[in-house]
Amino acid sequence: MSPWLEALLSFLIVLGALLTFIGSLGLARLRDFYTRLHGPTKGTTLGVGSLLIASSVFFSVQGEGISLHEVLITLFLFITAPISAHLLAKAALHLKVESLVPLPDEAIARKNSQHRDYQSLD
Amino acid sequence: MIEIAIHIAFVLVSSALALNAWRLLRGPSAPDRILALDTLYINTIALLVLFGIHIKSALYFEAALLIALMGFIGTVAMCKYLLRGDIIE
Amino acid sequence: MIKSVMQRVLLRLLPHPLLTLLLAVIWLLLANNIAAGEVVVGLLLGWAIPFFALQFWPDKLYVHKPITLLKFAYILLHDIIEANFIVALRILGRPEKLRPAFIVVPIDLNSDFAMSILANTTCLTPGSLSALLAPDRKSILVHAMDVDDEAAFIHTIKTRYEQPLKEIFEGDDDKHAQENIKP
Repeated sequence: MSPWLEALLSFLIVLGALLTFIGSLGLARLRDFYTRLHGPTKGTTLGVGSLLIASSVFFSVQGEGISLHEVLITLFLFITAPISAHLLAKAALHLKVESLVPLPDEAIARKNSQHRDYQSLD
Repeated sequence: MIEIAIHIAFVLVSSALALNAWRLLRGPSAPDRILALDTLYINTIALLVLFGIHIKSALYFEAALLIALMGFIGTVAMCKYLLRGDIIE
Repeated sequence: MIKSVMQRVLLRLLPHPLLTLLLAVIWLLLANNIAAGEVVVGLLLGWAIPFFALQFWPDKLYVHKPITLLKFAYILLHDIIEANFIVALRILGRPEKLRPAFIVVPIDLNSDFAMSILANTTCLTPGSLSALLAPDRKSILVHAMDVDDEAAFIHTIKTRYEQPLKEIFEGDDDKHAQENIKP
């Protein structure tokens, strides 16, 4: 393995782990549920994606041909992360989980009174 | 060089798992706990992939794929339960 | 007459050619090699699954502008990476300084597929999460992590993501409808 490739792989691995860690730090550190939701959906997803790409490159240069099945997990995570975030936000709004800003029922009533009842995307 | 990077990554991902566990235990609301579980399974995938690179074996890919599938279904089922009080209507 | 019958038979046998191709590619990724046998199995599955699941996919999906789709994918990838670093910086900064907000974004899409892509896009990109869709399908509720200018935020979503999606999945035959949107 050439040193450049090794450096690239090390960079991808450390970057991925760092983004994963920051995503979880956001989960532990931020102050209300709705802002906490941002950390894991963005940071963690890209972090794991970066690790998976590193793994794909690593096994491709190890011999035994190109290894692309890690791309499958990456794609799957990028498709499912927004869906679970959307569902969690919906559940939280349904349960009226506390927020730092006024909950949207009031915000919507202020903005356009005709759409008061919100329902889901599904 | 890769070995050092993998060790740093192990430390970071394990700390991330600890932070998730803290949020899981602390709450305060049910969606918070579900979000913690969701992040927990994604971080487990990261840990498995790292371990696969560490011992140079592609065997762990299937486990990671299964965790990704089952974890997503679990999150959706729990959210659905919170929303409707029922999973299959 | 014969031609139209042929077309209908073809449509019945091969309801979603794009989905067939996608499923075949996913099968090849899962098998992790490109032997001839795997290609055949992949194409077979790609044909059989849409054929037997036809009743769950009643609407046909058209891609009107493939080049715009590629451009959109590029913009999306770029924005995802950029948004990740922005969110990471915000998490590492002082949480007291964040200005989260719930914002109602009016949307002007007709196809369900385009709408769900837009909702997923807002989840992945500029520090925002889509939360709810209005019952009349005219607006989505978005939670933003740190926003100081709501109008600019709405404008970004509309021009950067909604406009290309409308062109890709709905064609541009109803251009005059665009002018009615308030920015």
